[in-house]
Amino acid sequence: MRHLIIGNGPTGLVAAETLRRLQPQADIVLIGDEAEPPYSRMAIPYFLQGGIGVDGTYLRKSPDHYAKRRIQLLQARVSWVDPVKKVIELADGKRERYDKLLIATGSHPVRPDVPGMDLPNVHTCWTLDDARAIAAKAKPGARVLQLGAGFIGCIIMEALAARGAKLTIVEMGDRMVPRMMTEKAGGMIKHWVERKGVSVHVNEAITAIEQQGDALVAKVSRGGTPIVADLVICAAGVRPNIGFLAGSGIEIGRGIRVDNHMQTSVADVYAAGDVVEAIGFHSGQPELNAIQPNAVDQARVAAHNMAGEATVSQGSLAINVLDTLGLISSSFGQWWGAKKEEGGTGVELVDEGNFRYLSLQFQDDVLIGATSLGWTEHVGVLRGLIQTRTRLGAWKDRLLADPTGFMAAYLGSAQKAA
Amino acid sequence: MQKSLHIDASKCTGCLQCEMACSYENYGVFNLAKSRIKVFNFEHEGRKVPYTCTQCAEAWCMNACPVDAIAINAATGAKVVNEAVCVGCKVCTIACPFGTVNYVADTGKVQKCDLCDGHPACAEACPTAAITFVDSDWTGLDKMRAWAGKTDTAARASA
Amino acid sequence: MAWTRKILRVDLSKGTCKAEPLNMEWAQLYLGQRGLATKYFVSEVDPKVDPLSPANKLIMTTGPLTGTPASTGGRYSVVTKGALTGAIACSNSGGYFGAELKFAGWDMIIFEGKSPKPVYLWIENDKAELRDAAHLWGKTTWQTEETIKKAHQDPQIRISSIGRAGENGVLYACVVNDLHRAAGRSGVGTVMGSKNLKAVAVRGTLGVGNLKDPKAFMAAAAAGKKVLAGNAVTGQGLPTYGTQVLMNVINEMGALPTRNHRDVQFEDARKISAEAMREKRPTDGKTHLVANSACFGCTIACGRISKIDETHFSVVNKPEYWGANGGLEYEAAWALGAANGVGDLEALQYANLICNEDGFDPISFGATVGAAMELFELGIIKKEQIGMDAPFGSAKALCELARMTAVGEGFGKELGMGSARLCAKYGKPELSMSVKGQEFPAYDSRGIQGMGLTYATSNRGACHLRSYTVASEVLGIPVKTDPLVTEGKADLVKAFQDATAVFDSAGICIFTSFAWSLADVQPQLDAACEGNWTMEKLGEVGERIWNMERQFNLAAGFTAKDDDLPPRLKTEPAKTGPAKGLVNGIDKMRPEYYKTRGWDAQGVPSKETLKRLGL
Repeated sequence: MRHLIIGNGPTGLVAAETLRRLQPQADIVLIGDEAEPPYSRMAIPYFLQGGIGVDGTYLRKSPDHYAKRRIQLLQARVSWVDPVKKVIELADGKRERYDKLLIATGSHPVRPDVPGMDLPNVHTCWTLDDARAIAAKAKPGARVLQLGAGFIGCIIMEALAARGAKLTIVEMGDRMVPRMMTEKAGGMIKHWVERKGVSVHVNEAITAIEQQGDALVAKVSRGGTPIVADLVICAAGVRPNIGFLAGSGIEIGRGIRVDNHMQTSVADVYAAGDVVEAIGFHSGQPELNAIQPNAVDQARVAAHNMAGEATVSQGSLAINVLDTLGLISSSFGQWWGAKKEEGGTGVELVDEGNFRYLSLQFQDDVLIGATSLGWTEHVGVLRGLIQTRTRLGAWKDRLLADPTGFMAAYLGSAQKAA
Repeated sequence: MQKSLHIDASKCTGCLQCEMACSYENYGVFNLAKSRIKVFNFEHEGRKVPYTCTQCAEAWCMNACPVDAIAINAATGAKVVNEAVCVGCKVCTIACPFGTVNYVADTGKVQKCDLCDGHPACAEACPTAAITFVDSDWTGLDKMRAWAGKTDTAARASA
Repeated sequence: MAWTRKILRVDLSKGTCKAEPLNMEWAQLYLGQRGLATKYFVSEVDPKVDPLSPANKLIMTTGPLTGTPASTGGRYSVVTKGALTGAIACSNSGGYFGAELKFAGWDMIIFEGKSPKPVYLWIENDKAELRDAAHLWGKTTWQTEETIKKAHQDPQIRISSIGRAGENGVLYACVVNDLHRAAGRSGVGTVMGSKNLKAVAVRGTLGVGNLKDPKAFMAAAAAGKKVLAGNAVTGQGLPTYGTQVLMNVINEMGALPTRNHRDVQFEDARKISAEAMREKRPTDGKTHLVANSACFGCTIACGRISKIDETHFSVVNKPEYWGANGGLEYEAAWALGAANGVGDLEALQYANLICNEDGFDPISFGATVGAAMELFELGIIKKEQIGMDAPFGSAKALCELARMTAVGEGFGKELGMGSARLCAKYGKPELSMSVKGQEFPAYDSRGIQGMGLTYATSNRGACHLRSYTVASEVLGIPVKTDPLVTEGKADLVKAFQDATAVFDSAGICIFTSFAWSLADVQPQLDAACEGNWTMEKLGEVGERIWNMERQFNLAAGFTAKDDDLPPRLKTEPAKTGPAKGLVNGIDKMRPEYYKTRGWDAQGVPSKETLKRLGL
């Protein structure tokens, strides 16, 4: 049995390790196109901040980790997949045969279609190389303009602030992290980072970037004052890496379509992680959910199926945690709630002065989504309650009256502890 | 035979000696905010419930960690946070469906129960034997494990 | 450090909160909590002050062992000039509030002045601020806790608050923390209410560290716990039955004051005892008792949690009272029950719940109802004045009067004055079973002679917790003495009073003293606290505290005449039981006690005594 895994991020790696446990004899090849050992993009902000060295970003710390598990690492870029012949072609023309293939190529940052996005001091922040380039330019006092206040924009903010950069953020949405946070919570995060000295423009877009001497000048939509910067970081979202699959016959929507076994439309080809459009936990429809915990869960499901053990994913559930300059937020599932006519109810508790916030959303007596600011203890049970579809019974009314008791509700309902 | 923490909530009086012992063992201070075991109070029912990590087979925290900072202690079976490696990204805190991995702002790292290298301070400190450290076969954790199975999107055999 | 070395001074008039260093010289002389806070109090407050005026101060204080794993190390006290007594007041409470205050980094909070409007104090570690409490005024302590926790979005906040009784000027209002624990006696909650201070809410995440010798401390604390576990009272009696273990015992001894001390045995004692709490009710097949509960750090766990029978008249159609709630504890069961001749356990639990919910002392309330019932039976107070028939034994009257007292309605206003003022108002001052205006607790001093001296000389008015000679006279701790004689009681009371002052100043619960002598506490204190804490030093600290409190009371206008018992206990012999025919021998014991204390015949500490103690 020969397993090929394209992509050596967390998804590819967890799949490889899972396969090794399940099939001690199989050949496992892990293919990545960067000149680094498998590393974690989640760790990049901490690398950029200087808290860890490059080895701190590595997904596995021991150098013989892969050899010990007989996971072959291959640095190459895959250019084509032929599911009929069950081979892949590498950029150098070489071919590799597979019995089972996992596509875990992840995603890449989007650059808005705006003049000047290709200027030398405009960067994305996605790879270790990106981080090294930004570290060299984001000197104390440097003016940094960041496009996008999504998840990635927010996690690098702390690193940039710690480097002493003067930060301006332009976000097209009406708040910070609009795809992860409720209106209120996103607004509170904006106030928080503004109090920490970050300038935030929402409902605005950059229409062009020009080089003027040493500086970059960004034009702002609706005739706003142009923003002068030494460095522009583009964090305007990510898209699946699917270009090389054109013509392969594998069904693709916005990402690779997979069933609940993480199998693609083609036999023996699986996909997992940021690259897929997997069945959503609540919607039952294909969804993009480029987040780490989902990716590794999907990797394990895919690996089991590749090893011949039928295993089903419950669907991808968006869960996020964010630390914006010390304000910790999290969101879970269908945080925006459900319609009243579909049995949706919710409760929102707001303390703007102390930057504490909690929103719980229910359908019937089941928790379907949550958003929090300033909460760090036991937030995992919000996932637990959502993902197990625990019937809250009488606890739901108690939570509507006082959502802060979610841990008690979890123990009382899911664990039947009270 | 590996041992597990066994919790019998009906014996808990809510004295919090376990929480003090936990924080003292790990940080050298008496500080409930740094305890990895927590006693929850069900006022209406008059019930106190100690609660901590069950060292579940699924190891959600360990699998979600992007930097390999959580590893299994071969002797005890505990999933242990290596503070030197943890970058404080908090992904494990939302991945653990039991809510038993938590972020500590003071240290910038996450914390969870590590079974104190096989001598859990909480069990030692409990005056009523509500918390004991016993052979795994004897624990009532099966209920929780079964529940964990429901959350599992991957097969149990993977751990 | 066992002390955080920081105190918070809150000027309610100005709305300011300021941190001050703790006076460490005083800490070496007065230890902490009761002793140290009282030292601050007597140094800053005119003894003649009207307790309800802004010039009175109120101190919430922890001890050096508060917030440590020393067993029961979670206590805090409220020190002020008592609203009920006009004497120095120090009311001690468990629960979790005290430890949380310590974890936030504070040894004590001194409140002074009076806020122009209702406020609550919010403490988050070193941050402290007064917040508007308009929305909390008029709320019960339970509603107050719930509302504050929700507003701050933190179920782990600990809160001490007053209920409507404290707002309405009930003179024996208490400060309730963690729903069911209270700094209960002398009207400390009334003083808090007079300052427009509704609550103190604390979140402390700093913890307690840096003890003098942590290793020695952990060993001493562990040894202490072992002693408690091995003792018959703290290892078996209290954990199994709670304080209610005493109900049948004291009744058998003929020392259970009944119907305003007319009798010394209650025919229905069994119905309101610990044993009854564990029996299945015929109505719903459930036991009254739901669970045992401990305060912070306590390895005894005498606390009880119960549920009232949902079909009982007091709560029928009131589902808000069907949940678990604190009690019954012995003192409350006695005061609400035997003292009024009420043998209905569910009614007692209900009245006790109202006391917790709205923050007033069930001992003083129950005893005041007892006095009112006697006045009713004598025809001095009429049905129309009370609004109902209120003979001894009426559970209905008890429950209704509890509600009326909480909200200050009708005759409830008069009950809120306490028995001394009530009986004086109706021309029968001798019917108030109190000393210095504070009602007796649950031990009849005709059957336990030493308790008569305890009550008469207690610095905060009648109280069992200043020298619990019941331990010796009933339980034989540390040595058995004859409860029916006066000989030796002066020495016994002095020894208990001084030792108790140390326990109350350390941050631990007085119930440890069933098993612990000072020799068990000393190694824990010495390992935790900087300085050299020998047995001699501790003994001196206790005596110093007692004399300091005495000095304050004398300056406040109390005299030897106030160290006395009501005539009933001196002239009406016990009718039944082992003490049949006996009265209390207070007039014999008092002069002996003064002498033992090194006080003159008027009860004034001699110059030598004061000098010896450095006062």
